[in-house]
Amino acid sequence: MRYAYYPGCSLRGTGRSYEESLLAVFRALDVEIDEIDDWNCCGATTYMSVDELTSYALASRNMALAERGHSEIIAPCAACYLVLNKTQHYIREYPSIKIVVTRALETIGLEYHDRIRVRHPLDVLLNDVKPENIAAKVKVPLNGLKFAPYYGCQIVRPYSTFDDQRDPTSMERLLEACGAKAVHYPLKTLCCGGSQKGTLPEVGLDLVHYLLKEAQKNGAEVVATVCPLCQFNLESFQKEAGERHDETSLPVLYFTQLMALALGAPAHTIGLQRGFVPIEPLLTTKEIAYA
Amino acid sequence: MPEIPSVSGPEDVRIGVYVCHCGTNIAGTVDVKALASYAACLPHVAVSREYKYMCSDPGQALIEVDIAEHDLNRIVVASCSPLLHEATFRRVLARAGLNPFLLQMVNIREHVSWVHSDRKTATEKAKDLVRAAVRRVSLHKPLEKRRVPINPSVLVVGGGIAGIHAALKLADAGKQVYLVEREPTIGGHMAMFDKTFPTLDCAACILTPKMTAVGSHPNIKLYTYSEVVKVDGYVGNYKVRIKHKPRYVNEDLCIGCQECITACVYKEGKTPDEFNLGLSKRKPIYLAFPQAVPQKVVIDRDTCIEFKSGKCKKTCIEACGERLAIDFKQKETFEEIEIGAIILATGFKTFAPERNPSCGYGQYPNVYTSLEVERLINASGPTGGEVILRDGKRPTSVGIIHCIGSRDANSNRWCSKVCCMYSLKLAHLIKEHTGAEVFNFYIDMRTPGKGYEEFYDRLLDEGVHFVRGRVADVSDWAVHPSEEGKLVIRAEDTLAGFVRRIPVDMVVLSVGLEPQTDAQDVRRLFNISCSSEGWFLERHPKLAPVSTFTEGIYIAGACQGPKDIPDSVAQAGAAAAEALALIDAQSVELEPYTAAILEQDCSGCKSCIPLCPYQAITFVDEKKKAYINEVLCKGCGTCVAGCPSGSIQQNFFEDDQIFEEIEGVLAYA
Repeated sequence: MRYAYYPGCSLRGTGRSYEESLLAVFRALDVEIDEIDDWNCCGATTYMSVDELTSYALASRNMALAERGHSEIIAPCAACYLVLNKTQHYIREYPSIKIVVTRALETIGLEYHDRIRVRHPLDVLLNDVKPENIAAKVKVPLNGLKFAPYYGCQIVRPYSTFDDQRDPTSMERLLEACGAKAVHYPLKTLCCGGSQKGTLPEVGLDLVHYLLKEAQKNGAEVVATVCPLCQFNLESFQKEAGERHDETSLPVLYFTQLMALALGAPAHTIGLQRGFVPIEPLLTTKEIAYA
Repeated sequence: MPEIPSVSGPEDVRIGVYVCHCGTNIAGTVDVKALASYAACLPHVAVSREYKYMCSDPGQALIEVDIAEHDLNRIVVASCSPLLHEATFRRVLARAGLNPFLLQMVNIREHVSWVHSDRKTATEKAKDLVRAAVRRVSLHKPLEKRRVPINPSVLVVGGGIAGIHAALKLADAGKQVYLVEREPTIGGHMAMFDKTFPTLDCAACILTPKMTAVGSHPNIKLYTYSEVVKVDGYVGNYKVRIKHKPRYVNEDLCIGCQECITACVYKEGKTPDEFNLGLSKRKPIYLAFPQAVPQKVVIDRDTCIEFKSGKCKKTCIEACGERLAIDFKQKETFEEIEIGAIILATGFKTFAPERNPSCGYGQYPNVYTSLEVERLINASGPTGGEVILRDGKRPTSVGIIHCIGSRDANSNRWCSKVCCMYSLKLAHLIKEHTGAEVFNFYIDMRTPGKGYEEFYDRLLDEGVHFVRGRVADVSDWAVHPSEEGKLVIRAEDTLAGFVRRIPVDMVVLSVGLEPQTDAQDVRRLFNISCSSEGWFLERHPKLAPVSTFTEGIYIAGACQGPKDIPDSVAQAGAAAAEALALIDAQSVELEPYTAAILEQDCSGCKSCIPLCPYQAITFVDEKKKAYINEVLCKGCGTCVAGCPSGSIQQNFFEDDQIFEEIEGVLAYA
């Protein structure tokens, strides 16, 4: 089966490394995707807070486009994943919203049939590809690299379509298939601060610090994330949060970067060179023979 | 062809139709006047009336008088469910000299007025149903109920406090009681408790006298380590097959001296002790707890070396000496008993908190379930009553989290009813044993019951802390140095309006009550129903709380829903009284809804014989026809539906009657 692929804005901006590594993983595992032609904003954050109906209409347009030829759509960004799920939920539950969305799509000659299933890459890799098949294709075992599995809030709450809402474990199962080792991490679904860094900086910085500090305390060598905003907050404000509390120094990676590395992708093609905390010394120490 | 004249037949069928208002229950939604006038125009209807309460004395009298004055020979009552008042109106017919089975009820309350809101369409539906009943009743035949004698003994399933109490009441009344318990001892959950709320009685002190009374009662036959595997028969005459699991110890010879346990080649226990919920270890040969009834040891074949290798020195046999009670060759045996009534008191299980990962159970050693804490503070428990944690520490602060597995859309929606009170009890006992600061995290405090609210007040005075808010999670995530090495409970304090982080040494999860894992199997075995949550379903939630829809089978205790000890005992007494009322009547009336073979049509194919769940059908070789034993037939209708030549007819559910009813409901008229 070929999946419709919806990158969203983050994966073409701050989350470039996510897309580069995700596509490398998909190539290595023969997951076939087609990027939706002429996709638009998913409707997250600003739209959703100001005008929900516009947000639903935007999300439906992407899904209506994806429905032409595909039955499943992959949304790697946690915010996109949430908005697409929320839109489906609201259109099903509230006829009044469905009418507005249907009319909006009519004006551009589109129709949304609610036939597409929204998938997250974690879900596809875990349930369609399966960890044992991933393990069989590992070229560069991660040699027990210790990672803190950090999911953030959006892919488990409120729609937990493929994992436990309170204690998700899909990332652990995938990365352990690549030879890495998860550390105890009770904060795996704690808030990363979202956009608080802009409005209440001390709240955002405290959260970033808690997340990094707890990972370090529990022996993590890297933090593995699934969300562009989590990755951005933890990576970019690590130094500032450290100044406010005490210093931490952890590379913050997308889980797909670790997977792509294990599947043999060269480090510079999956954004590993971009990290504020360089990953190379760690990979050398762990004797991970990356390309 | 039907013998009774059909609607288009002779004129001697005279039907009276009675439409009940049921106050506004029916009349509020159904136009009862229009319904009665409509019925008056139906063929063979001689009288049609509506009345405020048909079940009242004047309502009944109305029918009685009409039967005489208008020479009625069929009655239709359109009111509530036949479960409620069919018996009432059948008595009316009998008083007026008519056969009671010439009645048909139409349920225009549960099936119409209570489930519809549009008056016009509801009235139309009621008309359809009345028309069907009128057409059906004209084909009704007079039937006679059968009386069969009742076996005066009773089976009680489950030896917890409810089963124990019910068994003792019946035995004291002089009835033979069989008490079947699947564990090696009776006592159930109550035997595991330390104290009981709100009086703080020692649970063992009040339970063990009843347990020993069961063990020594001349009228109670106690089968522990046994299970019911088959139930046949019907009210008053049940046949039950019981499996006795081998304990590898002859119960008649064992005197409970426990010298075999001391002598076992295992110097220390290695297997998690079930009674102490794995907080201590037991040997392969063991007694569940000091006051176990019967005081007979049991061997666990999964861990006994003799069973695993056959090469044990068998020091247990040596220790037992001349008593020769130990028998490694024991096999499971089966026994059939006959009884008149059955009381199910199979209890509950506690919620497995692993299902709620955010509460940290199984992840952090110092997170306990409430039942584990009962054992921990009990003098005969794993630590001799001292609260010593899994990591060897003694707690100075303890958090008790309510509603784990209760009132939660992610697990069970119901309130488990006992948790608030036992949490208060545990708070008191933990404080008493350790002097620790105790924090209760609750959604709502629910303390209705005699002396319960006063107990809550007492705990407030004792300085136990109460935080109103559902707990988000339990973790070892320390933000402040004072939290290092502690379990941190995060909860929104909904009274103070902010999120609290409370570091504690020990967390107690107040786990809710759930139906037993095999409740569905048990209900199938005994042919009763479960509610959607899986609790055994009572016949009526208010008026028949211990009866089931199967005559002669009663339920008591927490198998019917979460219940504390006083409620369980009260219900057990009620179930015993119901069973007594049944068997003391000495005989029981059976509905005449039995099936019979129409010999002229029967081809002798025998396909009905294996279909019958009651072994009521035999094959008569001389005639080459099947034969249905009327006494054994329960009227389930399976053979009727299964007969390929349509040669089985069931009383009151004859093909013509059913087709007439279907045609009636579908006809435009």
